[in-house]
Amino acid sequence: MIAVLGLVVGVVLGLVFEPSIPDAWQTYLPIAVVAALDAVFGALRAYLDGIFDDKVFAVSFVSNVLIAALIVYLGDQLGVGGQLSTGVIVVLGIRIFSNAAAIRRHVFHA
Amino acid sequence: MPDVPGSSGRRLWSALSGRPGRGQLVAGLLLALLGYAATVQIQLTRDSDDFAGQRRDNLIELLDSLSGASDRAEQQISELQKTKNQLESSATGDAAALLDAQRRLRDLQILAGTVAAKGPGIIVTVDDNQGSVTAASLLNGIEELRDAGAEAIEVNGTVRLVQSSWISGSAGAIVIDGQAVRAPYVIKAIGSAHTLSEAVAFPGGFADEVAALGGTASVTENDTVEITALHALVQPQYSQPTDQ
Repeated sequence: MIAVLGLVVGVVLGLVFEPSIPDAWQTYLPIAVVAALDAVFGALRAYLDGIFDDKVFAVSFVSNVLIAALIVYLGDQLGVGGQLSTGVIVVLGIRIFSNAAAIRRHVFHA
Repeated sequence: MPDVPGSSGRRLWSALSGRPGRGQLVAGLLLALLGYAATVQIQLTRDSDDFAGQRRDNLIELLDSLSGASDRAEQQISELQKTKNQLESSATGDAAALLDAQRRLRDLQILAGTVAAKGPGIIVTVDDNQGSVTAASLLNGIEELRDAGAEAIEVNGTVRLVQSSWISGSAGAIVIDGQAVRAPYVIKAIGSAHTLSEAVAFPGGFADEVAALGGTASVTENDTVEITALHALVQPQYSQPTDQ
């Protein structure tokens, strides 16, 4: 319950404050968001599997975000930032899809 | 968090309804962070009609395509400008040629006597009470006027003297270009008024000749002499212009 509430609160905060973030972060934020989404879906799947652990979730959430940002940063330094960020998005997207499939199997038994 | 046994559906339900534990708190915090970041990113993307959120590669590509388009546009501008200049110069050339042709036409019309003319000149009035002024002496006077540069000559307001004009008849019954001309003979000539009057009045000239025949010739210089008599143009029947 608190998880859903937290999501709603975050959205509302973002809408209310309309914060502006530094230019340097602007290329990393979308990657970080997708990485966090991946962690959330993974956590939901783990919860439905009965193996959810909040510590694991927190660590995977933070590390996912950090690693995604790091990869993109490295790509920018190497001059292949665009391609690498596309690669990260693709990989995370595949993971999100497979997690979503597992969740679907749990919820709908199909 | 308490591990609820049973199916995943029940577990989900218990998570939504059950008492929140530490795990839920952490998950809520992280999800709040995610929601916040996602919202910010969405707003950023929606707002970025400027190019602030774009990658450098994309920006360079965009700039390249824009500068290419602007190059093409500039090339088009210069081509169109060139065409415009050409059209303008040909138009002014045409206008100049037309003006030139009109001026030539006017000159030739005055010379051919097909239009009325006006300008500075003299009026010579020859009184011939005794009917003794001959066609030859009149012709002499007219030749003197032509020598002095008369551009248009008219006699008695009815006969325009042109290159083909002829004078004949006896004294008192003079015929010019087939028209009878009676005294007093009024000869109007356009040209330099002073030169023309000199040409008539010099000693032994036309005025003296008329006086010797028993008539009188008086000259008045005018700033504006109007010649209204016209000469009917005859198409040349035999002669044709050569190429030269």
